[in-house]
Amino acid sequence: MNKLLDLLRQNARLSNAEIATMLGITEAEAAAQIKQLEDDGIIMGYTAIINEESADETRVTAIIEIKVAPMKGKGFDDLAHTIMEYEEVDSVFLLSGAYDLSVTVTGTSLRKVALFVSERLSALEGVISTATHFILKRYKEKNHVFSEDTTDERSLVSP
Amino acid sequence: MIDYDKILPERIKGIQPSGIRKFFDIAQSVEGVISLSVGEPDFKTPWAARKEAIRILEKGRTAYTANSGLIELRRVVSEYLKETIHTEYSPEKEIIITVGGSEAIDMAFRTMIAEGDEVLVPEPSFVCYSPLVTVCGGTAVPIVTKREDNFRLTAQALKEKITPRTKLLVLPFPNNPTGAVMRRDHLEEIADVLRGTDIMVLSDEIYSEMTYNGEKHVSIAEIEGMKERTIVINGFSKAFAMTGWRLGYAAGPQPIMKQMLKLHQYCIMSSPTVSQFAAIVAMTKCREEVDKMIEEYDMRRRLLVKGFNDMGLDCFEPEGAFYVFPCIKSTGMTSAEFCERLIYDKKVAVVPGSAFGESGEGFVRVSYAYSVQHLTTALGRIREFIEEIKK
Repeated sequence: MNKLLDLLRQNARLSNAEIATMLGITEAEAAAQIKQLEDDGIIMGYTAIINEESADETRVTAIIEIKVAPMKGKGFDDLAHTIMEYEEVDSVFLLSGAYDLSVTVTGTSLRKVALFVSERLSALEGVISTATHFILKRYKEKNHVFSEDTTDERSLVSP
Repeated sequence: MIDYDKILPERIKGIQPSGIRKFFDIAQSVEGVISLSVGEPDFKTPWAARKEAIRILEKGRTAYTANSGLIELRRVVSEYLKETIHTEYSPEKEIIITVGGSEAIDMAFRTMIAEGDEVLVPEPSFVCYSPLVTVCGGTAVPIVTKREDNFRLTAQALKEKITPRTKLLVLPFPNNPTGAVMRRDHLEEIADVLRGTDIMVLSDEIYSEMTYNGEKHVSIAEIEGMKERTIVINGFSKAFAMTGWRLGYAAGPQPIMKQMLKLHQYCIMSSPTVSQFAAIVAMTKCREEVDKMIEEYDMRRRLLVKGFNDMGLDCFEPEGAFYVFPCIKSTGMTSAEFCERLIYDKKVAVVPGSAFGESGEGFVRVSYAYSVQHLTTALGRIREFIEEIKK
């Protein structure tokens, strides 16, 4: 397990100096290791974890389950690549289990997202069926708890 | 109308309220204070242990246990001590499960201290020893540990305080508040002084899991000839993040434990049953969680030590517990002044070193039982504070 990645998973805004101190390495070593992880395509980018529903009430996110008809000579990659191209699409995963692709779609209204699914995604060749699930509330994401009740229950000062 | 002042014994009235308590009142009076002042883990008890407690409650296991604790738990503790401090204790005769390490300390004092006995207490240290010794009619004799010795107890300092009345040495390492540890060679020195005397040792090892820089905790009980003169105190609060469950234990020579058990039986009957069942799971099935917590503490520790040294406050590198103990003498303030001003100016609460004994003056205790983000924010505010008072 890479400790540096663990630290960045928790907080990507830690400075190289802080990371170096915590891992007991030099700042230059920390910088070099991070660059290597970026160059190797292991660290793909840095984003914030945002409680979207609180930040923007008009923002709507849905998770779409897609069943795909297996086509001769083609895996799921072609269809996944086509779906990736839409800017409304945040993420695309190939899954094991009851359906094949899980697609996260963001829009400014329920109607817009629903229309995007029915007009664009459902219409794609190879798509057998879709099921749209709107996110109503975020409780936890990337190990960050979103609920209001995260206050420290410990006494302010204790021996 | 009863004159309460008249009926309350001097011995009790004379106990000073903890300096921490006074400081708590100040911290609480200021809105929006962020704290670096707690002495308990920020982690939750490992889930497996919590789940076991739920299961035990569902099964209705709500009766007392044996006075000295569930035999299954005592066996687990015995195994744990064999593994960690390489010392064998009979689960039947040499281990008592107590209500936190605190009860074990109190019971051990009450069992051993007679009127007029002297108890040696290295300072700075946890706040309970001296008052509890006093209540037993004993006299707590502080032994000052120093920054230049990395706050370790030295054989020389120990020898200087030993008198014919010395009954007991309290050995509180890894130490709260300094974070100091005693490595094997340091303990050998202490053992050399004590072997051949009738002085007993109460070794408070509650922070034993929290040692850093690669070396594991060593107990004085595992040094040759010391098991027979040592009572080991430990518990589940710190190691397994179980403070609220109130569960600890004492392990020591049978003739002493036999007497101690009588007291425990009359005072407590038996430790909380649900907690005891949960503790079995914590000790046998939660190693991975404990290791993860220690690793996390270690990273935070480095962050704070560097943070304080960088801002010009000399901070020795503690190798145990979850506190750093930077020196604030360069600011020209007393510990109490420093802490009060830090609260009022920057809304950060750290504990004055003087709350842990006079020798803590000139230092403050900073806990790192907080998330990295919390620590970084607080460090930033302390840095601003130091810069502003320099001007």
